[in-house]
This record gives sequence, C-alpha cells and structure tokens, in this order.
Amino acid sequence: MSLPTVAFVLGLLIIPLAVTSMAWQKIIIIACIFAFLALSFDFLAHFVGIVCLGGAFFTGVGGYISGLLNSAFGLPLVITIPIATIGGGVICTLFLLPCLPMRGIYFAIVSLMYPLLFARVIQALNIFGGTDGLPGLATFPNIWVELYLILPLILILTFGLRRLVNEDFGMVLRAIKDNDQAVKASNINITWFKMKAVFLAAAIGCFSGAYLTHLYGWVGISLFALDFSIFPIAATVVGGVGTLVGPVIGALILTLFSEMLREFGPLRVVFYSLILAGLVILNTGGLVPYLQRKYHQFERWIEI
Amino acid sequence: MNIFIFGLVNSVILALIASGFALVYGVSRLANFAHGALYILVGFATWLFLNRLGINYIGSIFLSIVIVSIIGGAIYRFFLIRVKGMPASEIIASLSIGIAIMELFRWRGFIGEAYMLPPFVTGSVSIAGVMIDWQRLIIIGIGLAMMLSLWLFTHHTKVGLSLRAIAQDKRASMMSGIDPDRTAVIGLAMGSALAGVAAVVILPLGSITVETGYMVLTDAIAVCIIGGLGSWMGVLAGAFLLGFSQILATAFIGPHWQMVVVLLFIILTLILKPSGLLGRQKELEERV
Repeated sequence: MSLPTVAFVLGLLIIPLAVTSMAWQKIIIIACIFAFLALSFDFLAHFVGIVCLGGAFFTGVGGYISGLLNSAFGLPLVITIPIATIGGGVICTLFLLPCLPMRGIYFAIVSLMYPLLFARVIQALNIFGGTDGLPGLATFPNIWVELYLILPLILILTFGLRRLVNEDFGMVLRAIKDNDQAVKASNINITWFKMKAVFLAAAIGCFSGAYLTHLYGWVGISLFALDFSIFPIAATVVGGVGTLVGPVIGALILTLFSEMLREFGPLRVVFYSLILAGLVILNTGGLVPYLQRKYHQFERWIEI
Repeated sequence: MNIFIFGLVNSVILALIASGFALVYGVSRLANFAHGALYILVGFATWLFLNRLGINYIGSIFLSIVIVSIIGGAIYRFFLIRVKGMPASEIIASLSIGIAIMELFRWRGFIGEAYMLPPFVTGSVSIAGVMIDWQRLIIIGIGLAMMLSLWLFTHHTKVGLSLRAIAQDKRASMMSGIDPDRTAVIGLAMGSALAGVAAVVILPLGSITVETGYMVLTDAIAVCIIGGLGSWMGVLAGAFLLGFSQILATAFIGPHWQMVVVLLFIILTLILKPSGLLGRQKELEERV
C-alpha cells in the first residue's frame, strides 16, 4: 500500500477519536452519509456515463422502506437496513429502468423528477404518515456503533468500487460510457449492464437513506429533499471527478464548510449550488487529481 | 362541459409553461433546468415593481419580462457557453444556477400567502352553465395568441427562421452564416421571456411560492417528454393529453391523483414510445 492510501485509511478511522464533542462526531456521520451518495453519483457518472440527479430518490426510498418495516412490523434495524438496501435498490432500478435504453438527458431529467414527484404524492395521498412522517423508530445503541459501522463501510466501498471498475464488469461499463455502439456490436446487452450498475448505485443510496432514518429515529418527506441530490454532486466536483476517493474527501470538506455556515440556514443550499456551478463551469479537475499530480512530482523528485 | 372547459384551461397552462423549455431545447439542445427559477423570478420581480416601487401593473409586467430575458441570455452567454457540448455539465450547471436563484428567494423570506399578483380582470362569467373567472379565460386567450405569434415568428421572420435552421441542421446553417452562439443566446432569452409571460398570466390564480418553481420545472419537463423533446406540435399534444387527463383524474378519482397521472404518463411514454408523441426525427439518435 502506498503512502496516500495508508494516510486515507488511517485518517478516516482516526478522525472520530480526534474530535472531542459528540456534536462533531454526529457531523462526521452526516458527512459519511453524503460520502455514500457522492460515491454512488461518481460511480454512475464517470464510469457508466449516466448522470443521476436523483440522490434524494435513493435516500427517500431506502429511508421509507426501513422506516415502514420498523414501524409496521417492528423489525429491528439489523434486519431493516439490509432489506432497505437490497429492496430499495431493486425498486429504484425498476422505476429508472424505462430510461436506461435511452441516450442523452432522459436519465438526468427523470431521476431529478422522481424525488419531487414522490414527495408530493406522499403528501397528497397522505400515505406513510403523510406530511408528519413516521416518528419513534429504532435507533442505534450508541455513537461508537454509529461511527464504526459506517466508516469501515466507506473504506470497503471506496476500494471495492475502485477494484470493480478495473474488473471485466467495470471494463464493460466504461466501454459503454465511451462507445455504446461498439459494446452493442460485441453482442453485449447494454441495458442489462446499465441496470446492474444502477442497482449498485441505488443500493448504496438506499443504504444511506436507511441509515439516516435510524440515526434520527424518524422518516419523513424531507428524505426526498433536494439537498440529497445536489450536495453529493457538489462534493464529487470538489473532491475530483472519476477518482472515487475524491467524493469521500469532498463530502468531508463540504460538510465541514456547511457546519461553519450553519447560521446562514437556507442560504447554505445557495452556497453549494454556486460552488457547484462555478466548479463545473470552470472545469477544474478537483482536489484529488491535483494532489495526485503534486504527489507524483514529489515522488520522482531526486536530489542531485 | 365542466371537464372540457377546465381541461382546456389546464392544457393551455401546461403548454404555456412548457413552451419556453421546449424552445430552448429545440434551438440549442440545452435542457434549461433554470426554467422554474426564471418563472418565479418574473413573479417576484413583478410583485416587487408593483408593490415596492409603485410602477403600474402593465409597466411592471413588461419591465420584469424584459429583465428576465436579459438574465436568461446572460446565463447562456457567460455561464452555459463554457460547458456547451457536455450534456452532463450543462444539466448540472443550469440546475445549480436555478436552485441558487430559487433558494435565494426562500432565504429572503418569500414564503407564504402574502405574495400574490392581482388578476387582470376580476369577476367571473358563466359559459354554458359553467362558472369561470375572467383570468382563466384570459389565460386561454393569451395562450392561443402566444402559440399563433410564435408560429408566425418562427416561420416568417429572419431571426425565427434562423432559430429553426439551427435546430434542424447546425452545420448547414453555420455554412449559411448563422452564428449558433448568438442564436442560442436569443433562444434562451426568448425561452425566459416565454416563462415570464406564462408566469404573469398564471400566477394571479394562486400565490407565488418557491415550490411553484420546482413544480413548473417538473411540469414543463413532463410535457416535453410526453410530447417529444424538441418538437413544437409535440408540446401542444403533450400539454393537451396531460391537461385533460389531469382534470379527468381529478373529476373521477380525486384531486390528489394529478401527480400520479404525471408520473404514470412519463413512465408509459418512456416504455412505449421514448421519443414522445410527435418526436419522430430523433428516434434513432436517442435510442442506443
């Protein structure tokens, strides 16, 4: 393992011990939840070529599934979170399936619309607790469980996805991104592969939604809020697109930044969107590619 | 008769909302996700001019539409032009600009019932036994007039013809000396102005809220997907299909089912005919 990898792994595992107050530990958990969503966005956007603006759709579906299972059947969270992850992934994939055979902007448009529509459907039909949501769900026993459940998972996911995109499966996905006609000419079913990739990303998103539900012990239509769509994209662009480590670091940085802006309240969303627009328009590579470049310069630097 | 009249009103509202989005997408293949933000921007600007600066109603309407079309053109000229040709970046950039505008209004406290535009003519009239207020009739009138003038504009003026030329064949029109960037700026300015016209006509029916912006965006996109992205007649067809089925759902199932109808229509369109009702020419290109 190279030095940056060790630094990343150890840093991520040590952060919760380094901060003293419980409030900051909670903030780290929120950052990790956004890191999951950012990972799922980065994976879809830069390795499969699908722009997904619906992080909120995944968190909402995952959160509602685990919340409903917990409140209606009284299942403990050890069971509801895995069911929400897998089941939510399947449901999200089925809903997004119609736009998978299409090129262009359909996926982005439809995935942006789903959370907005679902929130309004739940509100209008007054199902699943309506506007008030479902309170009083099971929570984790203590903060250390919360922290050391999610941090190793982030590491596993980051390195797992990095390995996956270099396996045969990942090769096909990246080929679909670069030239879908050529992949089709090789007698590979593009939609099937895209479906598997979307399932993976949706399951990651649903896990973070389910986790958030049990973190607060409450589920409501705020899980479909636009923050869950826009914040992870901003984190990915800040950290570095197409690196898979970048989104995690970007999520940590942006969450820290957003805590410092806490007194501005709703204005924070304006800040994220302006940062996002600025970085996308200026087409900066992001933090991690910059650091990578500097590290390699440093590594090859020989004293004469 | 009730269903027919209110369905007609609803369809014209949807067509008005979607025409700006469809124009921008048709001209420059740019999905303008700031559409909803521009829509409420006009509403708030008109309200501000009317109530804070004391300009008369017609004057403030014209002023805010002009301002928003300048803003729309500027968004393209200074921001979106840099990411032209990268669909992912275009979408993310325009969406984040739109969210920034809308959330800025939320922060400034533009929430609640207090922000309302007065209707053009108060009172109501009875047509074939159905009571309908004048504002809704004005919406139908202005909507139809807009469609007609847009048709005349795009078929009989030089600028309009160049917009259509760019939409049909970019390379050939560039060879005939049409500047695609200039055309796209005009297109986005006009799209914003159309959003503005829709806003000042429709907003007197209810109050101005930030949520309206998101709702307008989803409605516009839904109409465009159902009718076929980038197709003019498709917008009309999609608006009428969606408008009448929303009213039918309200009448026979319940008022809350409008959203479910929208969702259902989008999914059905994408499964059965992904290019939309009337979007023929791009069928091969869009499908992998």
